[in-house]
Amino acid sequence: MTEISLNVLDVAENSIRAGADYITVEVLISSGDDTLTVVIEDNGCGMDEEQVKQVTDPFYTTRTTRKVGLGIPFFKQAAESTGGRFDITSGKGIGTRVEAVFGLSHIDRMPLGDINTTMQTLIVFNEPVDFHYRYAYDEKEFVLDTKEMKEILGGVSFKDAEVSGFIKEYLDANKEETDDGKSV
Amino acid sequence: MKSLEELKAIREKNESKVGVRSESASQTRVVVGMATCGIASGARPVLTALSNAVQEEHLAEKISVTPTGCIGLCQYEPIVEVLEPGKEKVTYVKMTPEKAMEVFRLHLKEGQVVAKYTLGAVQK
Repeated sequence: MTEISLNVLDVAENSIRAGADYITVEVLISSGDDTLTVVIEDNGCGMDEEQVKQVTDPFYTTRTTRKVGLGIPFFKQAAESTGGRFDITSGKGIGTRVEAVFGLSHIDRMPLGDINTTMQTLIVFNEPVDFHYRYAYDEKEFVLDTKEMKEILGGVSFKDAEVSGFIKEYLDANKEETDDGKSV
Repeated sequence: MKSLEELKAIREKNESKVGVRSESASQTRVVVGMATCGIASGARPVLTALSNAVQEEHLAEKISVTPTGCIGLCQYEPIVEVLEPGKEKVTYVKMTPEKAMEVFRLHLKEGQVVAKYTLGAVQK
């Protein structure tokens, strides 16, 4: 994984496979604290205590198509190698929350990357799932909430070229206003 | 800040299409592997490229593009599977957005399998 945004896509895909229909994604940048925090929270099936302990072990996976599960270990290592931290909390039948804190100015921090395409991909290809996305840079922030969008669209699909194009434009324009176009 | 205002206009323009695009048995399904292995190898731009091409050429009623989990051939990711009704599944491996566009043009539009990118060709 070369971008934080690809880790976000990967972890959110886990939420979808866990049967979540509401997923919150937050990317919070604080130059004062020198941190970049990513929080992904879902209302999927969740995990018991034993599973939560195992999930950062690369040789633990529930899937049957291969014997390793690298997504969470990659994300954890990427955060911890920048002087940050990684937490995962989960409750069976409640959902899962993943929080990764990166050292913003740390030399080993991978770039955030194309977080807008990650969010657009998640939203467009998982239409039954509702996403609440928040991007904050110091005091400024913006939100994209798919429930709000669905109310306005009244059944017009996210896959429609005009809608998926709008989603990307909305993310691009508002991200730029929030972080003044700084590359993170 | 950009608002959701524009969506109202998009809705009015496209309201007639609501409900038309349900998945049907006659549709060709294009599936892109999007587990950790796929994402790490570059599946996100492949999925976007295919989906955009289908939308731009107004083929969404005939072709559906969807992400899936791990297909079990991680070393060959990004993988794109083409499932046409009544035909054998074609598995394209080590895809890039450019190769995916060739598959789109030749296979999805003209019905001609791009043999050089298939699993069979790569395994030889």
